[in-house]
Amino acid sequence: MKIIVSIKQVPDTSGKVAVNPDGTLNRASMQTITNPDDMNALEAALKIKDATGCKVVVVTMGPPPAAGMLREALAMGADEAVLVSAREFGGSDTYATSQILAAAINKIGVEADDIVMCGRQAIDGDTAQVGPQIAEKLHLPQVTYAADIQKDGDTITVKRMLEDGYMTIKVKTPCLITCIKELNEPRYMSVGGVFEAYGKPMTTYDYEALKDDPLIDATTIGLKGSPTNIFKSFTPPQKGAGMMLEGADKATCEKLADILAKKHII
Amino acid sequence: MSNFNSADIAAFKDVWVFCEQREGKLMPTDFELISKGRDLADELGVNLCGLLLGGEGIESAAKELGGYGADKVLVCESPLLAVYNTDAYAKVICDVIEELKPEAFLIGATNIGRDLGPRCAARLHTGLCADCTHLDVDVANYIQFLRESSTLDVDSQKWDMEDRNLKMTRPAFGGHLMATIICPRFRPCMATVRPGVMKKNVFDQAKADACEIVKPSFQLSESDLNTEVVEVVKAAKKLVDLIGADYIVSVGRGISKDVEGGIKLAEELADVLGGVVGGSRATIDSGWLSADHQVGQTGKTVHPKVYIALGISGAIQHKAGMQDSECIIAVNKNDTAPIFEIADYGICGDLFKVTPMLIEAIKAAKAAK
Ligand SMILES: Cc1cc2nc3c(=O)[nH]c(=O)nc-3n(C[C@H](O)[C@H](O)[C@H](O)COP(=O)(O)OP(=O)(O)OC[C@H]3O[C@@H](n4cnc5c(N)ncnc54)[C@H](O)[C@@H]3O)c2cc1C
Ligand SMILES: Cc1cc2nc3c(=O)[nH]c(=O)nc-3n(C[C@H](O)[C@H](O)[C@H](O)COP(=O)(O)OP(=O)(O)OC[C@H]3O[C@@H](n4cnc5c(N)ncnc54)[C@H](O)[C@@H]3O)c2cc1C
Repeated sequence: MKIIVSIKQVPDTSGKVAVNPDGTLNRASMQTITNPDDMNALEAALKIKDATGCKVVVVTMGPPPAAGMLREALAMGADEAVLVSAREFGGSDTYATSQILAAAINKIGVEADDIVMCGRQAIDGDTAQVGPQIAEKLHLPQVTYAADIQKDGDTITVKRMLEDGYMTIKVKTPCLITCIKELNEPRYMSVGGVFEAYGKPMTTYDYEALKDDPLIDATTIGLKGSPTNIFKSFTPPQKGAGMMLEGADKATCEKLADILAKKHII
Repeated sequence: MSNFNSADIAAFKDVWVFCEQREGKLMPTDFELISKGRDLADELGVNLCGLLLGGEGIESAAKELGGYGADKVLVCESPLLAVYNTDAYAKVICDVIEELKPEAFLIGATNIGRDLGPRCAARLHTGLCADCTHLDVDVANYIQFLRESSTLDVDSQKWDMEDRNLKMTRPAFGGHLMATIICPRFRPCMATVRPGVMKKNVFDQAKADACEIVKPSFQLSESDLNTEVVEVVKAAKKLVDLIGADYIVSVGRGISKDVEGGIKLAEELADVLGGVVGGSRATIDSGWLSADHQVGQTGKTVHPKVYIALGISGAIQHKAGMQDSECIIAVNKNDTAPIFEIADYGICGDLFKVTPMLIEAIKAAKAAK
């Protein structure tokens, strides 16, 4: 049995976000981190490993420096890492990204008692689409927004969050689960883990390695294979110094509520 | 295999809206999306259809959608569709889309819509824009939108005024960047749309009565379902989920003269907005709120749609956790409090007097919507 965890390296948007004059993001000026939800997915996998001794494989698609993030995952306790990296994969939207990641996961191999885990959402693209789309490409059942995961043999019971409560869902392996931060508190790398990480296998899948998978086709990957295109990107107008409302009475409050309603903020 | 081809653009027509129901009740987003869908269908000169899946009898809920602008509602009834299930819903929706070929398909960006949308888009081989906050077909309308909401110099750009693509605009990078996404080569153009953003039309009974109900044929059996929903539980009380919250009302040391009363006011205001209560470190250190409520450098970093600071001075460590909120409102009795430097709207006054009036005003504004 094994768990494949799909993790993404993202710019740290919690600090200052630098935007270039042309409206694109100045990535060079930002720190990168492992996407927060993906840390919860990895922790969930490591917990199951602690209990069952199963294998945990981490996979990412990204530029070569993403290998550093994979090393950290190995130091946390993952057993193997796969870096999916090629010029041909660049510019992919979620459709194309999931096409490529599904092909990579196929190559790692999904067996009857395996689980694929993703974060719910990456903090840069913010779409929450890649998990369900990988599941569709791999013909796996999916459970998204997992806040609790219990495994009993080949049956997984997931607490799946809704805005107004939750569902309890049973699913059999193999399946794909997307994880949210309520699921757990990710562990830290241990000193021993960091030391061991350098002895653990890390493989790179380039275009050659994946090109024979039926999912990989010039018309379905990369910028050219992406159904969506960015037509325009822009920054919202800079926040002004703000607006002090006059007075502090009923009329003031009504004026504020009216502004918020007109701007569809409430 | 069907002979469905998502690249055969000319074969697609009409705007569809997925109408989500929970326990047989339509969701508020359905009316918002039908209302927006009406504008888009008019811009394209096509029909607007609702697509409603549910258990037996769900048809009775369908006509109401007409009152907000749907020309037709496609109703798919089955006991297997009573409660949302990814496999069942994705199968029925994709089969019906392959048969009837809408050119645009909108889905509410609820926890269910964001589970369903990507699965369907991947199966249909088309693009999906996530969590949109603005939609246009008409280029003139889109240019006007950019004038108001961007720093782009629209006059120096070349525009194809005949462009009929759906232009789907969404925030990314935690709202630091906006992107307009198009899906020029495939149909349907799909978008999930953020709840609460699109304006609802005024309900029109005559239109509801005139709305046509259509029941497309579909196949669905137990064996199509790979997951089992064991139970659906409604939360009795909202958990304190600062990071996921769209609305946060935070209190600071300014509530000290009546701590309980101040917290109660914040809770009431949060309830009206559908949000949660947070606090500055001063309130946590004083033991007025538990540590999970703390916003700031050593607490949580939050990006809600609205952050209301009641009696918080705006120390740098507090700002670090909330300055990227989409809209900041501050109430403070000291007009030089640093919180006003980053507030979109400030009210200088006593929070114990202002907050009750603000609660009433927001209630009234919401009721008028
Ligand atoms: C401003 C902007 C707007 C965009 N809008 C859209 C849009 O509306 N529609 C669209 O289709 N594309 C869009 N994209 C492209 C999209 O962001 C990329 O395809 C991105 O690589 C994947 O999407 P995401 O970051 O949203 O991931 P999400 O779908 O939010 O990620 C969910 C999970 O999938 C896994 N995952 C995602 N990416 C990787 C990866 N590279 N390696 C390993 N695991 C991964 C992780 O477990 C992650 O937690 C946009 C890009 C930008 C810059
Ligand atoms: C290393 C470090 C980390 C820290 N991390 C955090 C953190 O994560 N989060 C955090 O919040 N702080 C943090 N702090 C503390 C921070 O510096 C401030 O002390 C704290 O934020 C102050 O909280 P406050 O605004 O509630 O209180 P005060 O600064 O005392 O402000 C109270 C405000 O209420 C107003 N007021 C009083 N009565 C009323 C009334 N009736 N109506 C309206 N307004 C009224 C006053 O005018 C005043 O502006 C940290 C400090 C350090 C050194």
